[in-house]
Amino acid sequence: MSGMFVHNLRLGTNSLRRNPLLTALMIMSIGFGVAASMVTYAVFRAVSGDPIPQKSAQLFAPQIDNRGPQYNREGEPPDALNYTDAMALMRAHKATRQTLLFQVGLSVTPDDAHRMPFKALGYATYGDFFPMFDVPFQYGDGWGAEQDQGREPVVVISRALNQKLFGGENSVGRRLMLEDRQYRIVGVTENWDPKPRFFDMFSGNAYADPPQVYIPFTYAIDQRIDTYGNNNCGSDGKRGNDFDSWLRGECVWISPWVELNTADQVQAFRQFLDGYAEEQRKAGRFNWAPNNRLRDVHAWLDHEHAVPPESRISLSLALGFLLICLVNTIGLLLAKFMRRAPEIGVRRALGASRADIYRQFLAEAAMVGLAGGVLGLVLTGAGMFGVGLVFEPQIARLAHLDISLVALTLLLAIAATVLAAFYPTWRAAQVQPAWQLKSN
Amino acid sequence: MLKMTHLSKVYRTEVVETYALRDFNINVNEGEFVAVTGPSGSGKTTFLTIAGLLETFTGGQYHLDGVEVSNLNDNERSKIRNEKIGFIFQAFNLIPDLNVYDNVEVPLRYRGMKSPERKDRIMNALERVGLASRAKHYPAELSGGQQQRVAIARALAGSPRLLLADEPTGNLDTQMARGVMELLEEIHREGATIVMVTHDPELAARAQRNVHIIDGQVVDLAEDPRFHHAVHSARANSPA
Repeated sequence: MSGMFVHNLRLGTNSLRRNPLLTALMIMSIGFGVAASMVTYAVFRAVSGDPIPQKSAQLFAPQIDNRGPQYNREGEPPDALNYTDAMALMRAHKATRQTLLFQVGLSVTPDDAHRMPFKALGYATYGDFFPMFDVPFQYGDGWGAEQDQGREPVVVISRALNQKLFGGENSVGRRLMLEDRQYRIVGVTENWDPKPRFFDMFSGNAYADPPQVYIPFTYAIDQRIDTYGNNNCGSDGKRGNDFDSWLRGECVWISPWVELNTADQVQAFRQFLDGYAEEQRKAGRFNWAPNNRLRDVHAWLDHEHAVPPESRISLSLALGFLLICLVNTIGLLLAKFMRRAPEIGVRRALGASRADIYRQFLAEAAMVGLAGGVLGLVLTGAGMFGVGLVFEPQIARLAHLDISLVALTLLLAIAATVLAAFYPTWRAAQVQPAWQLKSN
Repeated sequence: MLKMTHLSKVYRTEVVETYALRDFNINVNEGEFVAVTGPSGSGKTTFLTIAGLLETFTGGQYHLDGVEVSNLNDNERSKIRNEKIGFIFQAFNLIPDLNVYDNVEVPLRYRGMKSPERKDRIMNALERVGLASRAKHYPAELSGGQQQRVAIARALAGSPRLLLADEPTGNLDTQMARGVMELLEEIHREGATIVMVTHDPELAARAQRNVHIIDGQVVDLAEDPRFHHAVHSARANSPA
């Protein structure tokens, strides 16, 4: 069987060599169709993947409606919390782990006086952030509840920032100047950059550069460090005149996350949210029925439209283009195969069954597919440079040609061509040997 | 070896039914050399394609080597064609893109034969038709006679028990035709059953038995004095 398979591949290769123009047309058709699909798929894959597959079902983003139905779009509560609700959530401590976070942009002053200060982006958060999101560490670790409660000036920095400031050495215990305040480094993360950055969709950082610093939320509030991310005060809301009135107001700017490991925990947390909202209603702060949400990572990413619409559209268009290319290939294969009706008649007369004809011609189609796949790979590689013309740079740079995409390109090209070849091959297998031989 | 009883073949369109064979009866014994003659359109080639399992029939029975073939599926028919039947066509029907060696190899490949055995059989068959030295040539590089000899080698390589030849010398000049005919006679002497369709009375005369087909039916030669006379004349003039 394998001998015959190899023989069929050889026949297929020879057959392709005989009609170079027809062969080139087929290969180009497959190559362009597959490349268009793969380039757009590379982007789609990058933006639609599960950023934290091991825990995406246990991590939840709570939402509390602190504004009322007149300000909500399609009945949805805001995508972030105000300080009052965020603090209430932390005080209640109803989840296995919980954290709040908001983006900070801090000026870093290197020890070396010859080096210029620069801006580092990161998050003010709680110590639970690191174990909740399985943040990997190169040196040290995150901080604990003690530092949160003690409102201590500690910092976790990224591997890249550690490289930049300390040449990659273990900097745990060293001091770092951020915005004229001295912090103690407690940990250096590995290169950790989940995409999309599910925990900070609110500030539009889904595909932003990796965070560089993490400081305690409590210390950031004490130091009146403002958010570097979004702050939404509603259509007629006001931020207030100073930091304290902002904290007391209804502007939303804090992303909360909780870890809930069982269905009962999830149920209990929903009840807690509703109970809290009901309390607020009774207290006169909310004049509406509880309107809360508790979404896991997948539901949250869907809600936040993490997959850009242009990615879906371009993938659909590319698949449509591939379909057109395949229809074209069907026509070309049909022309090629039926031109060989006399040969098919002879082979049938000499003992080839219809199954043999199928095997021979599908093997030939597979060779076309393989050649189309190789061309598709080259074009996909070239196409990666053009992704930026269609997508925003931060999304475009996520698309890359890795080994899985190479394998998928070849597999798609071969499978699609073999699929396209079924009708021409069926027609070839229907050739009546008697008629072919009589007509000769 | 080959027995057709009340066999019919009808080509139907929406408005007309055409009988290519009607109440067709023939019995060819093992080891016989039978020439099938008849005017154009009489059903000779249809008979041959049905005999070679290249075409199905409409009614009647056909036993090939003791097997009733009407209920066989495509795989079974292909296997019988491959193992028991050799074909020689008027137009040679070599595959132009394969060289002589590869052309002769085609039926052996479908039989699943191992490479060394295939090689032995191919070279023996080519030596037998005198073309071993042309194994790497392509059909277009050979004369008509040589191409037909390759086709015969291809038919012989599988050691078929039944050789079906459709006007095997129809496209050849007299000298080449004689060479091909001598080869067929030699193959017959070695035990193969041969059924040969021909227009040529001289070739027909060299067969052991003649079967005449008119309007899709076998007719008794004794009832057709004109053909009987033609065959006699041909036999009288034949060098063999």
